[in-house]
Amino acid sequence: MARAAVPGGLSPRLVWRAARLVEFRDETPSARTLVFDVPDWPGHLPGQHVDVRLTADDGYSTQRSYSIATPADGSRVVLTVQLVEDGEVSPYLTETLSVGDVIELRGPVGGWFVWRSADPAPVLLIGGGSGIVPLMAMIRARRAAGSKALFRLIYSARTPEDRYYADELRTRVRDDFGLDVSYVYTRKTPEGWPLPPRRLGVADVNNGGWPPDFQPACFVCGPTGFVEAVADILIALGHDARRVKTERFGPSGT
Amino acid sequence: MRLPPGQYLTEDFPVLTAGPTLRVPTDTWEFVIITEAGEKHRWDWKQLMALPSERPTVDLHCVTKWSKLRTDWQGVSLDVLLDGVDTAADYAMVHSYGGYTTNLPYEDLRNGQAWIAYKFDGEDLTPEHGGPARLLVPHLYLWKSAKWVRGITLTDEDSPGFWESAGYHDYGDPWREQRYQGD
Ligand SMILES: Cc1cc2nc3c(=O)[nH]c(=O)nc-3n(C[C@H](O)[C@H](O)[C@H](O)COP(=O)(O)OP(=O)(O)OC[C@H]3O[C@@H](n4cnc5c(N)ncnc54)[C@H](O)[C@@H]3O)c2cc1C
Repeated sequence: MARAAVPGGLSPRLVWRAARLVEFRDETPSARTLVFDVPDWPGHLPGQHVDVRLTADDGYSTQRSYSIATPADGSRVVLTVQLVEDGEVSPYLTETLSVGDVIELRGPVGGWFVWRSADPAPVLLIGGGSGIVPLMAMIRARRAAGSKALFRLIYSARTPEDRYYADELRTRVRDDFGLDVSYVYTRKTPEGWPLPPRRLGVADVNNGGWPPDFQPACFVCGPTGFVEAVADILIALGHDARRVKTERFGPSGT
Repeated sequence: MRLPPGQYLTEDFPVLTAGPTLRVPTDTWEFVIITEAGEKHRWDWKQLMALPSERPTVDLHCVTKWSKLRTDWQGVSLDVLLDGVDTAADYAMVHSYGGYTTNLPYEDLRNGQAWIAYKFDGEDLTPEHGGPARLLVPHLYLWKSAKWVRGITLTDEDSPGFWESAGYHDYGDPWREQRYQGD
């Protein structure tokens, strides 16, 4: 059987690799960025994810998916994990895992929800909560590749304190020509914000996004309900469904 | 309770799709089987509803690791649809409204293993979960159970569908943990 070339740089076989935590930093009181060293990491495209496997002493093991937060950089694999209070895996990753500890991961996975730096089309990124992670990889990859593709990010967070990468986004908007960022707050706004807290709506996508005529590549990522709502808005505004790529992280928690 | 390797249990019904949810009206809906000889068999919504249906209770296993047990579906068995179809094909390519495709062996569609499902928990299948009708092949990872199904092309040769071209497994047996190519 002839097999089509595999896009996304997937290696023919995704083996489990030992990943050692070399560094971490807290993005918010409940989200932590984890920097792993993964020898022989094959590289990845912005938007792809890894599967993480934890194994207990008694042999029980469990897996979850996490998006990669940065473009390919040698043996480094960077994740940002949101603490889900009653969760099985995320509390371990955000609260217990220490520098020097080793977990298993494999990837990169997902050859569809990816941005390629050679693509000159304007890009619309819409992220909710931890859904910012793969979008941030694209923003960082744009800068790293010197791409001039015009990027707009609409980022929905519960409160200003819940934003990931807040300082970096501020400097990138200043320094990365052609990147715009707008925010929507669902629980609490910053001091002096013109609008009350609310969910992202048609007006936000209209104002913070691109007109459908520009035929932007749209990437929508976050909790399932968020992605459903945003993708519906994009279609209603006239965006081509084939240009709307989605990644659903799971339940919204609320 | 038995779960395939690497899966965990969920009570919700998560949604997984590569793009926006499609809304396909039943008045223009059709389902077409095309054989390897190019012969077409067509059903519209009324004809599908008139066929004998089954109400299977099955476990679902998604490649993103969640499993949901004992889900309640209603639909038409592929055995009913394929019984009048003259074919010796070894493979099938499933097509959806919106352009999604997925491949599987022909025999996995037969012998009470696959349905064109249109009800979930006794209610019309919602667009988020693939309504008005989706393929249901619960013995394979859920991406094989194509949402918004519109047809099946029967072929002699296997070729990769949408996720399969992006590195996911051609067969996708959860019990052998065939998530990605090479697993
Ligand atoms: C392709 C993909 C990429 C992902 N990327 C990331 C990422 O970059 N960062 C990240 O933090 N997460 C990401 N996730 C979500 C992640 O895989 C886990 O679902 C999440 O960390 C919760 O796992 P847990 O074991 O802690 O919770 P579980 O034990 O699985 O769940 C505990 C409880 O929390 C609920 N729950 C499960 N997931 C979530 C969620 N995402 N939000 C709120 N409640 C939830 C469950 O319904 C359950 O009630 C991604 C998921 C997918 C499919």
